[in-house]
Order: sequence, then C-alpha cells, then structure tokens
Amino acid sequence: MNSIIPNAVGRQPWGMLLPLFVLVGFGAMVLYSAAGGHWQPYASSHLLRFAIFLGVASIMVRFNRDFVMFMAYPAYAGVLLLLVAVEAMGAIGGGSQRWLSLGPLVLQPSELMKPVIVLVLAKFYANLPAGMTRDWRALLPVGGLIGAPMALVMLQPDLGTALAIGFGGVVLMFLAGLPLRWFLGAGAAGAVIAPLAFFFGLKAYQQRRVTTFLDPEADPLGSGYHIMQSKIAIGSGGFWGKGFNEGSQSHLNYLPEAHTDFVFATMSEEWGFFGGLVVIVIFGIILRWGMNVARASNDRFSKLLAAGMVTTMFFYVAINLMMVMGLAPVVGIPLPFMSHGGSSMMTNMICIGTLMMVNRWNREQPRYGISG
Amino acid sequence: MSRNRPRPLVSAATLKNAYDRRSFLISAGGASVGTLLAARMAFIAIVENEKYKVEAESNRVNLSLIPPRRGWILDRNGSPLASNRADFRVDIIPERMQDPAAEIGALAKLLALEPDKVGDLLDKVEKSRGYAPVEVANGLNYDQFAAVSVRLPDLPGVVPQRGFSRYYPTGPSVGHLIGYVGPASAEEYEKDHDPLLITPGFKVGKDGLEKDFEQQLRGVPGARRVEVTAQGRIVRELETRDDVQGQPIKLTIDGPLQDFAARRTGLQSGAVVVIDCHTGGVLAMTSMPAFDPNSFVGGIGRLRWKMLNENDHIPLLNKSVRGLYPPGSTVKPLATLALQQAGVAPDEHVFCPGGYRLGNRFFRCDAVHGSVDMPTAIEKSCNTYFWTMAHRVGYDAIAPIAKLMGLGHEFELPGTPQRYGTVPDSAWKMRRYDQQWTDADSLNAVIGQGYVLVSPLQLAVMVSRIASGHALRPSLLFGHSKPIGADLPFTAEQLAVTRSGMYRVVNGAGTARGARIQIGDIEMAGKTGTAQVRKLVNRGHVADWASRDHSLFVCYAPAAAPRYAMAVVIEHGGFGASAAAPIAKDVMTYLFDPPTALDTLHRLEKEWGGTPPQRMARQYADYVGEAGFEAPPPATLDIQRPSGIDAESRGAAPEMPEPVGRASPAAQAPAASPTPTGGTP
Repeated sequence: MNSIIPNAVGRQPWGMLLPLFVLVGFGAMVLYSAAGGHWQPYASSHLLRFAIFLGVASIMVRFNRDFVMFMAYPAYAGVLLLLVAVEAMGAIGGGSQRWLSLGPLVLQPSELMKPVIVLVLAKFYANLPAGMTRDWRALLPVGGLIGAPMALVMLQPDLGTALAIGFGGVVLMFLAGLPLRWFLGAGAAGAVIAPLAFFFGLKAYQQRRVTTFLDPEADPLGSGYHIMQSKIAIGSGGFWGKGFNEGSQSHLNYLPEAHTDFVFATMSEEWGFFGGLVVIVIFGIILRWGMNVARASNDRFSKLLAAGMVTTMFFYVAINLMMVMGLAPVVGIPLPFMSHGGSSMMTNMICIGTLMMVNRWNREQPRYGISG
Repeated sequence: MSRNRPRPLVSAATLKNAYDRRSFLISAGGASVGTLLAARMAFIAIVENEKYKVEAESNRVNLSLIPPRRGWILDRNGSPLASNRADFRVDIIPERMQDPAAEIGALAKLLALEPDKVGDLLDKVEKSRGYAPVEVANGLNYDQFAAVSVRLPDLPGVVPQRGFSRYYPTGPSVGHLIGYVGPASAEEYEKDHDPLLITPGFKVGKDGLEKDFEQQLRGVPGARRVEVTAQGRIVRELETRDDVQGQPIKLTIDGPLQDFAARRTGLQSGAVVVIDCHTGGVLAMTSMPAFDPNSFVGGIGRLRWKMLNENDHIPLLNKSVRGLYPPGSTVKPLATLALQQAGVAPDEHVFCPGGYRLGNRFFRCDAVHGSVDMPTAIEKSCNTYFWTMAHRVGYDAIAPIAKLMGLGHEFELPGTPQRYGTVPDSAWKMRRYDQQWTDADSLNAVIGQGYVLVSPLQLAVMVSRIASGHALRPSLLFGHSKPIGADLPFTAEQLAVTRSGMYRVVNGAGTARGARIQIGDIEMAGKTGTAQVRKLVNRGHVADWASRDHSLFVCYAPAAAPRYAMAVVIEHGGFGASAAAPIAKDVMTYLFDPPTALDTLHRLEKEWGGTPPQRMARQYADYVGEAGFEAPPPATLDIQRPSGIDAESRGAAPEMPEPVGRASPAAQAPAASPTPTGGTP
C-alpha cells in the first residue's frame, strides 16, 4: 500500500466491498422505481439500513476469535429463547407470528438464527476431537442444535427460513468432514420422506405453493399468479430491459411483492438480462471472496464459520432467484442487499461482517499449522 | 475419506484435506447454480421475450369497446324516426359488484331513482348472469354523472359513461312499426359471442325493424386502449379509435303522417295503414295504443310491463299486421268485382225487403233498401244484394278474388311477422273442419263475417289494388319499392262500377257521408265495415266495451285519380261510420291539408287529455301510485324534437316562430294559417 491511502482504508477488502456498494446502490435504484419514482418509502430506508448494519459489521470486525468462540453457545441459547418467545407471544396473542416487537424495533429471531446456527456448529466441530468426526457423537448433538430452531421456525410457520437454517447446518456438517455415506444415505431417505412430508407435514397453503410451482399456468389468478407475473416481468424485459422507471408490471401492481421477494423481477423488467447478469456476477464475486476468506483461514473454526456464512448468503440468493424465475416454489425468501426489509439486511450484513472479521483474523495472525 | 482403507485414521490433517476438497465441491456447485440461473434468465428474457412482452402488454393495456352509434331510421323525407341522442349514462356490471344492495341504494340516492326502479334493478342484478351489464339510468345531466364518477372507488362494478342512446322523437307513434332496442340478453350473447354485446351501453334491436335490420344498423364499435393497474384503475388513455355509425335505413313511411294517424286514433284501440297507390310504399302503419319505445331503451321496468300487459287495449300487440278481424262490409267492393267476373250484370236489380231467406233461416239486412243494383249495393251496404248474388255464384267464385286482392296473404315486409288470417272456401273448410261448405257459409263470408279474418295491412293492400287496378305489393324500404304488380284481371268498366259504388259511399247517399272531405276538388271514395264480435270475451268491468262491434273503414283519394289508399280498424268502435271513418277522413285530410287536420287533432287531444306520451305518463304515474309506490315526478318534455318528424311539422308555415322549441301541442299555436304547405310527400 502506498502512503496516499491510509493503511486503515487500504487494508479493507475492497474487492468485496465495492461490488457490494454497487449492488446495494443498484437495489436502491430498483426500490426507487418500485415506489413509482420516489425515495420514500423503500429506497431511502434501504440505504439507511445498509449504513446502520455496515456500522454494526465494522464493530463486529473488531471482535477477536476467542470472544466469538466464547459467545457461540450463549448467542445460540439467546436466539433460541427469542424463538420460543415468539411462539409464546403468538399463542397468547391468538395467531401465529414471526415478529417480536421491542419498542420501535421489530425483530425476527428466525433471521438471527441463520448466522447463529453457523456459529454454533463451527464452534462445535472446531472443538470436536478429530477422531470423533466419524462417530455418532459428531451427529447427534448437531441434530439437536439444528432440529430445535428448525422445529420452532416451522411452527411459525416459515418453511423458507427453516430450510435455510437446515441447509446452513447440513453444509457445515459436510465441510466438517462427516462421512460422505451419511449424506448419501440422508439424501436417499429424503427422497422417500419428501413425498410423505409433502402430504402429511405441510400446511395446505404450503402444498399449494409446491403444486403451483410445478404448474403455475393451472391457476393464473390464484396461487400461480406470483410466479406467472414474475416470469412476465423478467421475460418482457428482454436483453436491455424497458428502462429505468418504465416497468409496467411493477408500476401497475401486477407484480406482487415488487419491492421485497420479487425485487429481482422488478429489476429485470427495467434492466433486462443485462441487469440480471450484473447482479448474479456481483453475488458471485462476493461469495467467491467469502470462500477465499474461508480457505485462507488457519484454523478450523474460522474456516467453518466463514464457509457457513457464505452458504447462508448463497441459500438466500439461489432460492430467491430460482423462485422468481419459476424454478422453485414461492417460499418468501428475499434477495440479499436488494430486497426491502430490515431482517434480511441484518442477517446478510452479519454474514458480511463475520467474513470481514475472519478476514481480519487471517491478516493479523500469521499462518501456522492447523490448530484444533 | 477414501473407503478402501479398512480403518481410516482421522486426523486434523485429513479433515483439512477433506475440507479443501469439499469446499471446492461446494464452490463448484454454487457456481453451477449461478450459471444455471443466468441461463434460465437468458431463456426467459431473450428466447421467450416475445411471449412475455405480449403478456405484459395484455396486462397493462385494457381494450374497451365504444358502442357504435346506431344507424338512423329515416322517413321518406329523410327525417329521423329513430335517432341517437348524446347522454350520460350509468350501468352496472353485477359480477363486479361487492354489495349490490348497498351500491344500488347509493346510486338511488345520487340519481334520485324511483322506488320501483330500485326494485327492478335489484331484481335484474339477482337474475343476471354476471357478464351482462344492467342499465341503471340514462339521459343523466352532467352533475349526476359527476356525482357518480367521483364515488367510483366505493362503487365497484358501476360504470358511468358518456354515450349515445336511442331516441324515437315521436315515441309511441312508431313503437310497433320500428320496435325498440335493449341490452343484449344472455341468450343472445350465448348465440353470438361478440364482446360488443356485453359492452355497457350497447343495445340491440329487440323488436320490429330494429331487430330485422340489426346488422345494418349496428355499425362498427370504436375502441379505447387504456393503461390499467392490476386493480383495474385507469392510469391513462393510450389511443382511441372512433366508432363507425351504423347505416341508416330509409323507409317509405311519411313520419308526420305516421305521427298524425297514431295520435288521431286517440283513446281508441286500432290500426291505420296508408299505402301509396303509385308505388305500393307504406306511408303509415300504426297500431295504438302502443308502448313508448323510448321507455324501453333502458330495459323495460317490471311495473311498466305489467301495466302494458294488463291493458285491455293490448298495447303490446302490433294490430296493423298481427291483429285479425272479420272485415265486415269492407270486402263488398271486391265481391262486386268477383260477381262481375262471374257474369253478374252490374245493372241487375235485387229487391231488398230487409233481409234474405235461406231455407228456413232469415238473414236480416240493416234496412229495407228496396231495389238495388250493384253500385247502390255498395253505397248502401245492402247485405241482401250480396247474399242473393253469393248464393247464386257460390263463395268459391269470390274467394280467389279476395286472395287476389291480398287477403289471406303474407307480404314480404320487414319488421313484425304478419299473421295472414283466413279467406275460407270449400276446400279450406273440408281441410280444416272436415265439413261441407254450406250456402250459409257463403252468405256469411261475402259480407266479411264467419270464417273470414284479415289484418288491417291486408285491407289497405286490398283497397290500394282496387284503387290502382294493379296487384300492388306493399313495401317499407324507400327506393326499394317492388315492381308494380300485374294489371288486375278486370276490365276498366268492371273496376269503374266498383269504384263508383265506393265513391257514392262517401259522396252520395252512402253509409259514410260524414267522412266526406272538402279540400278543393279532392274527393274520397271508401267503404265502411262493421264486424260483429262473435266470441264475446268476458273481461269483467269492460265487458260493455269488448262486446261492441269492430269498426272498419277502407278508402282512397283522390277518387278521380287514386293516390292514397287507407284502411282503418277500430276495435269495438261500433259502426264503421262512427269510429273508423272520421279517423280515416282526418288522416286523409292531413295528406292534402295538414293545418285543417291538425286543428281537428289539437281540439280532440285537448278533450282526450293530451298527446299519447302525456296520457301514458299520467297513466303510468297512476298505475305506480296504485301499486303502492310514490308517484314518480311527471315526465318533463325538455327535449327538442328534430323538425320534420311529428305531425305538427306540417302544421305551421315555415316563417312562424317556434315557441321555445317545445313541441307540445299546448305550446303550439293553433295552425290558423290555411297556407297550403305542399302536403303531398
């Protein structure tokens, strides 16, 4: 680094941050258009939230490894308690809910659980003696750690978030080196259980989302409406899009949730395939940077933590994009950094913050052998 | 991780190794998902772009049809019998309504709808099949229109719009002739899935000429492309294509004459048909009392329909073509032609002692006419003469001539389907009743009683043929008159005998001396008829009226060179000379001297209580009052009629100032000016 740029600035991971700023700025533009060409109510709060959580992330960056490892179980227990509290509030209030109102703040504990599950599993496997990795002791406690929050979130009911938690956990187990045949066996069992779960485990509206996903045209005005309108928005954009503020699907309210779950469709209508490609590539850059951070780590905890955070973000991006393009059922998962919504911004910025933190550890701790 | 080793040793190093391999696998998996998404997006946005572009457009753009202006129906002088009037209107689409009762209640308040109308609307909304619009009101003023328009967000399914509605300047006078329009019914829509049919404000012909010429009159709808939100709110108008008005239809009808004839019928129930003896064109064809087609434009109200149905004067029957009556003595002139052809000499005298004995039955004549020859028999309407002669030649010799004159025939005319009635003969009776024809049947038939049934139109054709000497065929479309028929198979002398008899009916010592007209040297020839109502229909409190004889009169003028032929039938009007002949006289007078005829009409209408629309409005108000609703406010006649279509349009000299454009007879100065106004159309 030369002397013109201060060291504190120069050592930031600009290779990730710049694309992230571009993505958030682009998201703000799309939200500006989704609000009919106004900063209010989406775009300005989107940028404000990003700024706030960027601040939170920059504080997180300063945490040291021991502190983070120490906090893993207490954080997990705290979030689990919040999830129970949500259930209890719902039971008392007479109706399911996902939110916890804390004065002016509205907190969605299930969102917090996504990074926290990664943290707690990273800690668990980092502390697990290597010899036990192929043992039932590597699996059973983890089953409990993942199963408890998933069950609570399913009760809300929020299938998408429950799957996100499960996905993060499973990928972490995979990276932790659990025997491959367990995953193959689980996959085979899943293929058997999935139909049973579909018919007996899912609520009617969840089942309908799945059947609709398989044949959206069957009920174009009912539950297939979301997917149909989203595909129309993306498809009508063409290569270059209809132009900024020119999207009829979003402006005339044909596209539902144009500023949240279907923000990618809103963007595609106005910016076309080109805009979509830019978004996908930026996500690719950010996630690749995250995987590089994980690979560059010296210790098992950092590796698993970083890779888990990347996985969590990847799950958001992949499922959301598959949903808006009609490749997955409508499951209510927003697109990171573009969708309007505080909870997903918080979760994803925690992931980013964690990655930047691990990145700092990597930089400050010289490489030495693999520590337990 | 390789399973070929029996007991793999797991250490931190192997785990790091496994991590590296597996994280690479995960990264590769993630990258391939990213590639898959990019490919999927390329497929949707580039390959299927056209398809989705179309779908986005069909989302965004809403095409709404503008109902075409209906073609006018013109009289022979180009004045409109049916036109369109620009108005503001409100329709509802039941399917889109959320709370019909509340919304109709709100509309009733905004538009000051009458209680029975509200009942009608609720009824129609309940019965509607969803897609068909129901008209709430038309002819609204701008304030009412605006009041509904600003409340639209609270009134889903309510459609206010500017448009055109059908207007019949002379109302009931043309009701049966032209028919009326109304919203397409569910059955009509199922037959023809034209989206135009369910466009609010669009009307199809429901009856008469409006129905027959639906395709010509309909026109081509315009279209309005608007940008709409998913909730159906219109964002902006994109483009508008104007409608193409339907083609006009020009009739042989003389509008003012039609109006005059209808109004002159007065409180009676009957029909008047006037035919041009030169072309066969129908100049007037009325059936009164009638419905006002203007009041049907928005759909027929329950109460109004009930009232019309209950009326013993049967206003819903087109009596000119669907009313069948025994013609009575009006068929005697054609009988004289038949008799002459059968060899009876016109100057042969028959003594009338006041009746005719057939076997042991005595047929009573109206009077003791003494010795009568053929013309005198017509003049005096002596039954004895015709009984004698019919007994001699047999009715089978007369029936073919009756048919030749148009009786028992259905003419090729558009509009209401005709009933063709009966001209009996021996073969007919055998076929129908399996009975032999008797002499008594001949006697009855020759004086237009018994089995003989004819329509007023047929009587008019009959007299036009006698007057012209040709087998004239009636026509209704101007410029499409049918070729003048062949000469009738009678000699000029034979026709002269018959015509002289008819001349003497009016101008001699005949039965219709009161119907003599005095306009220059124009004289009228005619024949009265009084038809017994054989089957007395018990109609309770009006039994007295219903048991009276039908009153008929056929005539033509000028007697010297026939131009106009006319038939007038008045149900239960008594003697032919007392009810039908005065009407025929005034209608004929109107053709040659409109001011004089109008004087008479205005005097009479004052006695009757106003013009037909005024009387009908009062009748409806009374009826609604009886039905337990508040009486609606009296209809205001603030519409300026187009000139040249009502009877008054020939009443005044052109330079006379119209009083404030109100065409009501009260405001119309009595046409004192005897200025001849070229009354011949």
